Amino acid sequence: MTAWRPWAGPGLLGGERSIRKEEERRRGIFTRRAAVLGAIQLGAFGFLGSRLYRLQVEEGARYATLAEENRVSARLFAPPRGRVLDRNGKVVAGNRLNWRALLVAEQTADLNATLETFSKIVPLGDHERARIEREVRRNRRFVPVILREFLSWEEMARIEVNAPDLPGISVDMGTTRIYPETEHLAHVVGYVAAPAESDVGDDPLLQLPGIRVGRAGVERHHDRILRGRAGAVQVEVNAVGRVIRELDRREGIPGQDVQISVDTELQKAVRAKIEEGTTAVLLDARNGEVLAMATKPSFDPNIFNSGVSAAQWRQWTAARTTPLINKATNGLYAPGSTFKMMVALAALEAKVARPGDIVSCPGHLDFGNNRFHCHQRRGHGGMNMRSAIMASCDVYFYEMARRVGIDRIAAMANKFGMGVDLDIELPGTRRGLMPTRAWRQAQGKPWSIGDTIVHGIGQGFYQLTPLSLAVMTARIASGRAIQPHLTRAIGGRPARGSRPEDWPSLGVPEADLRLIREAMWAVVNGGGTAGASRLPAQYGQMAGKTGTTQVRRVTREQRERGFNVSQVPREWRPHALFVAYAPHDNPLFALSVIVEHGSSGSGAAAPLARDIMVEAFQRLGPGRPGQRVAEAPR
Amino acid sequence: MIFERRLLTRDRGTGILEKLWQIPWSFVLLLCGVAAVGYVALLSAGGGNPDLYAQKHAIRFGFGLVMMLCIALVDIRVIARFAWLGYLGGVALLVLVLLHGNVGKGAQRWIDIGPIQLQPSELMKIMLVLALAAWFHRASWERIGNPLFLIPPAIAVLVPVGLILKQPNLGTALITTMVGAAVFWAAGMRWWKFAIGFAAAGVAAPIAYDRLHDYQRARITTFLDPESDPLGAGYNIIQSKIALGSGGMWGKGFLQGTQGHLNFLPEKQTDFIFTMIAEEFGLVGALTTLGMLLLVVVFCYLVAFRSRHQFGRLLAIGLGTNCFLYVFVNVAMVTGSIPVGGVPLPLISHGGSAMLTVMLGFGLLLSAYVHRDVEMGPMRE
Repeated sequence: MTAWRPWAGPGLLGGERSIRKEEERRRGIFTRRAAVLGAIQLGAFGFLGSRLYRLQVEEGARYATLAEENRVSARLFAPPRGRVLDRNGKVVAGNRLNWRALLVAEQTADLNATLETFSKIVPLGDHERARIEREVRRNRRFVPVILREFLSWEEMARIEVNAPDLPGISVDMGTTRIYPETEHLAHVVGYVAAPAESDVGDDPLLQLPGIRVGRAGVERHHDRILRGRAGAVQVEVNAVGRVIRELDRREGIPGQDVQISVDTELQKAVRAKIEEGTTAVLLDARNGEVLAMATKPSFDPNIFNSGVSAAQWRQWTAARTTPLINKATNGLYAPGSTFKMMVALAALEAKVARPGDIVSCPGHLDFGNNRFHCHQRRGHGGMNMRSAIMASCDVYFYEMARRVGIDRIAAMANKFGMGVDLDIELPGTRRGLMPTRAWRQAQGKPWSIGDTIVHGIGQGFYQLTPLSLAVMTARIASGRAIQPHLTRAIGGRPARGSRPEDWPSLGVPEADLRLIREAMWAVVNGGGTAGASRLPAQYGQMAGKTGTTQVRRVTREQRERGFNVSQVPREWRPHALFVAYAPHDNPLFALSVIVEHGSSGSGAAAPLARDIMVEAFQRLGPGRPGQRVAEAPR
Repeated sequence: MIFERRLLTRDRGTGILEKLWQIPWSFVLLLCGVAAVGYVALLSAGGGNPDLYAQKHAIRFGFGLVMMLCIALVDIRVIARFAWLGYLGGVALLVLVLLHGNVGKGAQRWIDIGPIQLQPSELMKIMLVLALAAWFHRASWERIGNPLFLIPPAIAVLVPVGLILKQPNLGTALITTMVGAAVFWAAGMRWWKFAIGFAAAGVAAPIAYDRLHDYQRARITTFLDPESDPLGAGYNIIQSKIALGSGGMWGKGFLQGTQGHLNFLPEKQTDFIFTMIAEEFGLVGALTTLGMLLLVVVFCYLVAFRSRHQFGRLLAIGLGTNCFLYVFVNVAMVTGSIPVGGVPLPLISHGGSAMLTVMLGFGLLLSAYVHRDVEMGPMRE
């Protein structure tokens, strides 16, 4: 084989020897340069090695954490919400199974065809259809989209039977809140709704879609207890977020049941007796348990669960009758004559009057240039404390107030739970207003003796809730500083406060209280203002006090013409009040009733109070099947 | 002594069996080892299913091996004779790909030749090394000192580089330039000319940056601060570093790499295959792989030092540098040391075109080794 020499030509001068010399030189240069190149490349490999060492060993732990964060995603799942039970164990806020149809878009070849088939079983409206298509577009293809909630048994069965024709559609079970008593207990139990932005704080549970939190009443007060603790499942996810497998599961702590003291049947019976604008609060006189708390109108809390429509919301908030507001805790009224016991007790405490001291009532009291009228225009004649309460003589209490002064009256009222914060489990309960000299002066106005005189009969600046009137009555009856409360048991364990001994004494002399109780007994049973509202004999005797509060000023002209409430428009008529406890010799029940524009405490409120008392005795009185008053729950 | 060996060489160059005997089988075994690492990595990339990547990889390597051995038997002088023809063929393919090629990911261009997709830019690097080696083979030290002599090879580098930039594929263009520069350097180009060249490049870089495509600029800026855009362009680098780092010293085990198997790693079977290895087999596995590839490069240098003719030396040094750049750019890329460039890891990454060109290069290298002692004609002044 002859060598082919493309570069053959004139050789280097000097012939073969010179060529070889040159070749050696060239080779030497190549070797040096290749060594440099090789060193650079070896250095580069060394750099890569050190880089790997740094990433994998020195920073390995950090990157391992990052990889774990990539890989592992914690998913929360909601524990079942605790139920709310009434005092007899009846469920008043429970969980209902919610069968939902879900669609996983990637499991169906033709979305439209599948939806078409589905709507033959469960008709889908155009609006619904649009929502589903929007959600399918918005989510990743493997994320289930809710087609329809609250499926009936029949619908569910038909979906299951037709499963082969419904690729990607499955039925799953969730829960939803249900209030079997609808509007009857709405103000007490409250309702749940989706958490607001501000609620979503420390509890990760609240970030779950579909979660509900208590927004009012017991549901809100005991929300943490009812809610429980979120369970968590750790899943491995891939780069697009699809769950690959479950790594770890931690069960949540289910919400605990809360038992409240209200008797549902009694509550319904009370609600059946009252009309719109009326509020009644019935407490256990010995321990402050709320047995019934009724006001009309109310609302159906179930509506909040699925979301309240704008129209519904407007209707509720615009209504003058304020159905969403619990008037027992948030309605503010002047107490009228039901406040006279406080004035009497303040006078006794201040020793400005003895029970037997006589005040003469000519039908009015003149003070300065003003004349303060008694409701009895002819006058009551000579009145002592007992007869003044019994007959509700205004002049007597004008005089007592003048002697005691507003501040001591207010202090006494505070002691009986009025104008102070009450410890009830109903968020938003109002403190009300118990006027004092300092309060008025803080407004930049002077307090006159005339103001004190008017306030002696429960008129004026007072803003008190029906609940606080019931508390006053219960405290008069028991002599203890009971707090109104609803919680009887949490998770089956009895809550504190069901025994009378749990509550401290009021610190008011028993003799004073006995006098007041006697007077209140006489109001009903001794020829007083509520003589027509005696209890049937088998239930014992009721003690009470009427009240009538003006909502409009009665002018002198009207008074002279002979003011007749039946001739004025209803919204001008006075509110009718009655507070009562029974039985007189061993008080079980304490009650306050306010009938808005009921005209007369004795005419409208007292008979209603008697009917409610009868219901209470029939339901919870001694020897009754539902007798559970003050009995510690097991 | 030299004379005697030369005589021996002549005899050795004649018989096929003699040539087969000359083939360094330990190197072939090393290549098989690297390909086996690739097989295991691709098996993992396919989730344990060989049908996805690993099987094809093995078949391609088998074909490549046969091709490599065939080329190894071809006389190095014949190769040298057709070097410029090969170069022209490569340039023609580059032009063809610009006119009729398929574009993928804004960067790579290929043409379909039967069942395989060929990236002419890969082939071009080898053809360029061949042409430059042939050019400098006959050049004496004095001759290389003559600037006029350097103009034709410089043009030979710039034409394909320009065509590759036109694709546009910045990474490959830079690598091609570097491969060419290595041959220039080894051939004995004066070092101050290199210095001038680097200075010119330094001046030109900002101007070139202005003319870069947006995605190319994004790569550079992302490289400088990958965390600035974690879900955008920086995502690949961050996820790759997480995968590497979480592998630790011993790795998570075969098929246990979470980053790879949960698809956090992009293109794990091609550009990021090294990450897959490092995640599942740790630093130990990564350094072993890197060490094997280093041995491949070292072998290229051995061939260069053993060759008795300048053509063989330059060819081996060019191919070695090419192989080094593949490995360095790829590993530096996945470790976040240089911008992402779309360079495969030789013999390990999935892909027919890369395997073909890499094995072609090794065939030429083996031919240079087998024919390391042949007489290739004199140099000129």
